[in-house]
Amino acid sequence: MKLRWDTAVGVLLVAVFLTGLGTTDGFASRDNLAFAFNDIAEVALMALPMTLLVVAGQVDLSVASMLGLSSALTGQLWDAGWAFETIVPIVLLVGVAGGLLNGWLVTRVGLPSLAVTIGTLALYRGLASVVLGAGAITDFPETYAKWAVDTTTVPGTFLTYPVTLFIVLAAIAAVVLHATGVGRSLFAIGAQEDAAYFAGIRVKRLKLLLFVVSGLISAFAGVVFTLRYGSARADNGQGFEMLVIASVLLGGVDFDGGKGTLFGAVAGVLLIGVLKNLLTLNDVANEVQVIVTGLLLVASVLTPRLITTVSAWRHRRAAASTS
Amino acid sequence: MIQRSRARTRVATAAAVCALAVALAGCGGTTKKDSDNGGPAKTDAKADPGAPLKKGLKLAFLPKQINNPYEKIIDEAGITAAGEFGGKGKEVGPSDASASSQVSYINTLVQQRQDAILIAANDPNAVCGPLKQAMKKDIKVVAYDSDTAPACRQLFINQASSEEIGRSQVQHLAKQLDYKGQIAILSATQNATNQNTWIRFMKDELSKPAYKNMKLVKTVYGDDDDQKSFQETQGLLKAYPKLKGIIAPTTVGIAAAARYISGSSYEGKVVLNGLGTPNQMRKYVKDGTVEQFALWDPKKLGYLGSYAAAALASGQITGAEGEKFKAGKLGEYTVGKNGEVILGPPTVFEKSNIDKYHF
Repeated sequence: MKLRWDTAVGVLLVAVFLTGLGTTDGFASRDNLAFAFNDIAEVALMALPMTLLVVAGQVDLSVASMLGLSSALTGQLWDAGWAFETIVPIVLLVGVAGGLLNGWLVTRVGLPSLAVTIGTLALYRGLASVVLGAGAITDFPETYAKWAVDTTTVPGTFLTYPVTLFIVLAAIAAVVLHATGVGRSLFAIGAQEDAAYFAGIRVKRLKLLLFVVSGLISAFAGVVFTLRYGSARADNGQGFEMLVIASVLLGGVDFDGGKGTLFGAVAGVLLIGVLKNLLTLNDVANEVQVIVTGLLLVASVLTPRLITTVSAWRHRRAAASTS
Repeated sequence: MIQRSRARTRVATAAAVCALAVALAGCGGTTKKDSDNGGPAKTDAKADPGAPLKKGLKLAFLPKQINNPYEKIIDEAGITAAGEFGGKGKEVGPSDASASSQVSYINTLVQQRQDAILIAANDPNAVCGPLKQAMKKDIKVVAYDSDTAPACRQLFINQASSEEIGRSQVQHLAKQLDYKGQIAILSATQNATNQNTWIRFMKDELSKPAYKNMKLVKTVYGDDDDQKSFQETQGLLKAYPKLKGIIAPTTVGIAAAARYISGSSYEGKVVLNGLGTPNQMRKYVKDGTVEQFALWDPKKLGYLGSYAAAALASGQITGAEGEKFKAGKLGEYTVGKNGEVILGPPTVFEKSNIDKYHF
């Protein structure tokens, strides 16, 4: 009964992984593992700032649109003959600007983040279409593309470069969330924003910072995505925002804010990734995969509430019988 | 706390500005100049035209999306054909047609050690990397219906020559309209390789003097989605009241457009032509909404694809121009330029012959 939800997701992840090793040909191969983890690299990257945001009671629905905008911009600038080394910082700055806009609307104008980012979800995707139109830009430089594809791994491991980067950033995010004052402030904001404010926490500033980081990482994920598929398009990553949020919630981060762990969120992302890989390898139809992921998500939101309700009920009954 | 976060912001800003400065200073970095996307994939292997078809070949069909009825027909025919020569076929694929959605399936098919992958590409380039990896592992790659970049597959099974399809659509509609009036195109997705190639040839055909009284006013995209195609048709007819004809080179689109027109005030005033399947269009041909439309036989396309993949996997051909192979009851085919194999000219369906076809 005292098993925490995020630990449970971690255990489930290990179980699914071991099942894969034991039952499925090709699952354990270096190529497949490299692929399986690389395949969710962008979602995983964007899930890191999302975890911090959700803990603080916020959400950023515009991440996938920012990925698309960044992809479109990368493609268009590349096509115009710009140097890749120049394109990347520009794209990242656009990510920062997008994050600032989200953060500004939330903190200065005082709109709820759900409403703001539903708006910018459409706005950034629209801008992406304006930047690149309907076509695709391809032929990215081999020198950079090789860092993003799943055939190039860090020597001696099955970890690709995007995944390695994710591990580093995840470690940083974990330290920030669980071992610093900033992290404690985020939990406080998520639990009781007013109380956090009166306790002297710079609520607005922290929220703004989170949206900026989210924009920055999403833009970076856009560059990775573009190189990985060798195809810059305005509709790249469409629908990923749901996958990102689903992974974070699956990992036990409470959508109401104030509760959750980075470990849980990471386990959630990996669980969805490994499960998808395993189901595909076993020729499970796509519709069934969608249902499985959906059920997992419903369970992840429902189970902790059920546990709380049941234990509260037991508590009441115990109290009633002693009186 | 406040001091710390301020200092941190400053450091971050400084870092970003530095990165930008360095980047701008180093503008001589990697640019677009030296990229090269050559012809079809080459193999060192020699073709052995006399080699028998191998037994027990594993073929996998990867359509644009699994619930696309038209591609299902192709794939099922291909799977049946595989049974004819003692092979085993299957169909797997994503439920959405986005650029990246087919990639995990390619990886999977490589892990499963299929002998050949037959793919209708959603994006000619997004699938390239994994397909090249597949070919490196000696898995044969055949594109059908919608091509990949030529370097990423050994063969492309084309329904009919793209030029012939594009031009004939315009020619048919022009005859029906007496070479006069505004026309529009209702396509599938904006990135579909096949659709865009046809539309290019349609535009080229329209630029000829014979069509000087015809004007293409708009191309809209129904995304191979029934409801969206229906709405786009509705929008077109509202926006262009003088519209005389619509070409819908997509089976989903033409059926949705016919459904809208048949119940509206435009019935009999707007000519609809394009590519559709007889089963979907039978009703509209019989009630007079649509006079004629065209398509190749998708069953033959799947059948040909299956035999072509088997010929590749058995070493009869390598994908080089001029090689010949036997495609069961369809007879002999020759590999054309860029690894293209053409099924044949499209069939025109109308009241007189539509009952002979059931797909």
